[in-house]
Amino acid sequence: MGEIKFLQGNEACALGAMRAGLRFFGGYPITPSSEIAEQCARLLPCSGGRFIQMEDEIASIASIIGASLAGSKSMTATSGPGFSLMQEALGYGIMAEIPFVVVNVMRGGPSTGHPTGPSQGDIMQARWGTHGDHPVIALYPESVPETYYEIIRAFNLAERFRQPVIFLMDEILGKMNESVEIKDDISVFEREKIQSRDGRYRPYAMKDDIPLTANYGEGLRFHVTGLFHDETGFPDVSGENIQKNMDRMYRKIENNIEELQKWEESGADNPEILLVSAGTQARSAKMACQELNSRGISAAVFRPVTVWPFPEKRLSALAARSKKVLVVEMNKGQLADECRKFISDEKLIPVNQLNSEMISPDEIIRQVEGVL
Amino acid sequence: MAGKKEFLIKINLDFCKACGLCYSYCPTKAIGPDKEFRASVVDADKCIGCLQCENYCPDFAIEIEEIK
Amino acid sequence: MFDYAEYLRLDKLPHIWCYGCGNGIILKGAIRAIDKMGWEKDSVMAVSGIGCSSRATGYLDFNSLHTLHGRAIPFATGIKMAKPELNVIVFTGDGDATAIGGNHFIHAARRNINLTVILFNNNIYGMTGGQYSPTTPKGYFASTAPYGHIDPSFDIVELALGAGATFVARSTVANPREMEKVIHEGLKNKGFSLIEVVSNCHERFGKRNKMKSPYEMIEWIRSRSVSKVKAESMEAEEREGKIITGIFRQETRPEYVETYDELVLKKARGGI
Ligand SMILES: Cc1ncc(C[n+]2csc(CCOP(=O)(O)OP(=O)(O)O)c2C)c(N)n1
Ligand code: SF4
Ligand code: SF4
Ligand code: SF4
Ligand SMILES: [Mg+2]
Repeated sequence: MGEIKFLQGNEACALGAMRAGLRFFGGYPITPSSEIAEQCARLLPCSGGRFIQMEDEIASIASIIGASLAGSKSMTATSGPGFSLMQEALGYGIMAEIPFVVVNVMRGGPSTGHPTGPSQGDIMQARWGTHGDHPVIALYPESVPETYYEIIRAFNLAERFRQPVIFLMDEILGKMNESVEIKDDISVFEREKIQSRDGRYRPYAMKDDIPLTANYGEGLRFHVTGLFHDETGFPDVSGENIQKNMDRMYRKIENNIEELQKWEESGADNPEILLVSAGTQARSAKMACQELNSRGISAAVFRPVTVWPFPEKRLSALAARSKKVLVVEMNKGQLADECRKFISDEKLIPVNQLNSEMISPDEIIRQVEGVL
Repeated sequence: MAGKKEFLIKINLDFCKACGLCYSYCPTKAIGPDKEFRASVVDADKCIGCLQCENYCPDFAIEIEEIK
Repeated sequence: MFDYAEYLRLDKLPHIWCYGCGNGIILKGAIRAIDKMGWEKDSVMAVSGIGCSSRATGYLDFNSLHTLHGRAIPFATGIKMAKPELNVIVFTGDGDATAIGGNHFIHAARRNINLTVILFNNNIYGMTGGQYSPTTPKGYFASTAPYGHIDPSFDIVELALGAGATFVARSTVANPREMEKVIHEGLKNKGFSLIEVVSNCHERFGKRNKMKSPYEMIEWIRSRSVSKVKAESMEAEEREGKIITGIFRQETRPEYVETYDELVLKKARGGI
């Protein structure tokens, strides 16, 4: 058994990132995420990394993209308003296929909203916040221990797919304390060292749809741009090249969907009532489910851990066998909207609350009773 | 003239955009415009190797080489 | 003969800039200055934002990064923090560095992080069609100032000085040799260096302001240029509208990443 630590969610996020090999953090303080920056400021210099507090969130994400291109595993952490400011550069990371992790500890929005209250209002912003069509990877844990391990997975996926990973948390998760068992054997994905140069180096030559981009300053001089580009890294905005690369960027995710997706199922097999919920809200849903099960009601919880790409295939199979699907979330129905793509309106029941509080197990039970 | 330096004026017409800066700034008029206002050598003997043309050419289209 | 080809991605030429655009004059001056440093090409990192000027990085055979409008400096900051051994040079425009990226510009100067910023000041937003920038002079015309421009403009040198840059200079495309010299001095500085180079955009600034050709515009720049030494003996009124050239500050102050690393070392030795 590994060491047991009693950690705050934000602290677990920072410690997990360090375990994953974090070497650079650029950030700007914002409630309820600031402890992540504070922990990184403390930890990074002691293990060969560097920390900087930038002048704003745009600068923060720009700095981590630069650091990642120079070979350092990089992360920033923020909350709603800061996440909004980061959207343009997030798109840069997707376009130029640069690995890094952006943590968004969700608080009440829009605008300054409710800095110290939780919400799940940024689920769709994580999907579509930056302009243009693009694939996205976003993870969302439910507990402090899961935060520790999922942030490591976030780094591994970022590096493996050369893609920014959005790591969603919420105010409850960021600020709560739980025990975490720090296991000894954790696998960490290291970026392949690109060295050989046959002719002129092409930073966007692909291996299984993933670019073989080197790090700056390691002997291969190359160009990176946020414009559509060809294998050489230089702009190519021909329709043919744009279509080809868009298709590939989507394929990079779609062909690896099993490796990317992760979810948890709990409760009854073949349930009549299926509760869909993510993050800390799912814990309330699981409590409600247990109570329903003990009352003899066939209910189960489906909890996406990978929120994007959304685990649609599995959920739609489960939903097909259920009578009602209640999507429980601290927002106006963002996951429910996604579920509408494959679950009929008669079956789908959004359960939403926007009062900056988690929807209680009792309330969920009440809603279930209402549809039985 | 003994000891007089000679220069080769190298013009790359593929790069020249006919902006006129090189020959506008040439103090000796060793170079001038051709019919399309691109750079052309008028009298290489007049060139004193001052590099005005090279320094002002934004297009890497003219270079001066000292040959003697 | 100076070998520009050594530093160029020749297959990318001719470049996208208009005939006679000062950007090319600055690029050449920068190349000559970099050459004087004797750096390995692999050790040079060229970073730019968005704009005509920011296209410079694509032509240079270094490590190169073409980023977002206004954000070249924070991208460069991350690179410098991750690999301080790289010689990081930022190519940026007046809009890029002092409008959308103004905040990053002053903060990088304040930190004294070792970046050399070569700012192509053409007094306009060239790439987007000639809208006014923070340095468009009052009374001149721009596509978004059809009746004349009313905004007071930034003095970029004063801005950099006020923010704490340790090397600050201004030159113009009318004087390519002097420009090369001050860029070289800036590259030598171990800290934040700003070299503003006043340039001509005859296409999108000049043509709206009775200066059709690159030559006319460069001569307009020359006619307004005075050296710092000369300007010192001029009355404030006389200095109005002038482009004062020269080195305004060249001093040593602890560099940011080095200071960070010294602190970490002190901590490791139990000194904190
Ligand atoms: C966020 C964002 N806003 C606006 C633009 C459009 N844009 C591109 S270049 C530019 C102005 C560039 O001006 P400057 O930095 O002076 O460069 P120049 O073209 O004059 O060299 C603008 C507004 C953009 N690319 N991104
Ligand atoms: S080197 Fe001087 S003299 Fe010779 S062509 Fe160029 S500008 Fe004229
Ligand atoms: S300065 Fe260069 S581009 Fe302009 S006319 Fe002369 S050679 Fe051609
Ligand atoms: S628009 Fe102006 S700045 Fe841009 S390339 Fe043309 S002349 Fe140069
Ligand atoms: Mg400009």
